[in-house]
Amino acid sequence: MSSKPLLVLCTAAMLLVAGIAGATWLVTTRTGASAAVVPPAVAVGGPFTLTAADGATVTDQSYRGKWLLIYFGYTFCPDACPTALTNISAALQQLGPLADRVQPLFITVDPHRDTPKVMADYVKAFDHRIVGLTGSTAAIEAVTKEYGVYVAPQKSEGSDDYLVDHSSFIYLMNPDGKFVATLSGAATGAQLAARLETLLSQTS
Amino acid sequence: MRSLFVACLLSVVAAAGPAAAETPAQPIIQVHSVWSRATPGGAKTAVVYMTLSAKGQADRLVAASTPVADKAELHSESMSGGVMQMRPLASLEVKPGATTMLKPGGNHIMLIGLKHPLKAGDSFPLTLAFEKSGKQEVTVHVEKVGAMGMDMEGMKGMPGMQGGAMTGH
Repeated sequence: MSSKPLLVLCTAAMLLVAGIAGATWLVTTRTGASAAVVPPAVAVGGPFTLTAADGATVTDQSYRGKWLLIYFGYTFCPDACPTALTNISAALQQLGPLADRVQPLFITVDPHRDTPKVMADYVKAFDHRIVGLTGSTAAIEAVTKEYGVYVAPQKSEGSDDYLVDHSSFIYLMNPDGKFVATLSGAATGAQLAARLETLLSQTS
Repeated sequence: MRSLFVACLLSVVAAAGPAAAETPAQPIIQVHSVWSRATPGGAKTAVVYMTLSAKGQADRLVAASTPVADKAELHSESMSGGVMQMRPLASLEVKPGATTMLKPGGNHIMLIGLKHPLKAGDSFPLTLAFEKSGKQEVTVHVEKVGAMGMDMEGMKGMPGMQGGAMTGH
């Protein structure tokens, strides 16, 4: 008779241990060093020289000291890009004053159509803190290569109405310009904000 | 005087009768919740989402047109290895007993060559062409930029609206 409660107790204790181990694993994998997953040889990111809305030249150095949220897309994109930019805007809203430590960048994969003015008009509709960047074909090719962004325009003969296949990730870089994580372009504002809050609370 | 009134009334009813009979019987395809997103400044494209259901027999959506854009194309959208791909779809089957949704991150109608920006709260007509049941005009309601559904507030708590999970690596 007395073995039954003992068995229940043992099972409960084992479940508890397993639960704690699981939770610890979850916490460490979610917030822990992402560098462990990305081999140092294929570091994501690197120097770039691009053009902002006012025609000013912007480099990766321009944003040192801020957490960067970088999304690559294009303004002709009707669905995924507005979704990602809306989610980034919602995250900024949710972060409140903490958002001052974050700089979102929207870098075009379609410099042919996305001039600085087109980019400026476009990002305005989401949040004034999002900076739209474009550049020469060579400059965009360089930055997309550094971030491992897949870009494949589906051009049709004689038409400027073409779609561009592209990676839909949000790249998170730390204030030193080092890669931290890729987040899904479909992550909600709340998910993005939660991830940023965790990171921002670990560093001051 | 009263009988004249009744006679008039009857004649109106009689006139209305055949007119009502001329409108097609219940369409095969029911189109619900037709919505779009407000467009950012200068945008040349927009999207239209909707829910379709078929009554009795299957049908195919084969084309769409609207006065607000040069073209309205049916597109598929897929995400593979983090790469977003959109491709024109020749047609989209709508089967009875199931709802077919055009939604963010999935199949949608892409408007190309937008003639004017779409503003939240606006509405515009869209003509859908079905293989069997012919044309059907619907009204598209414009929601906010980047809206994820017709009623954003109401959809926030839905698990299905959580989007893709974050991947930290």
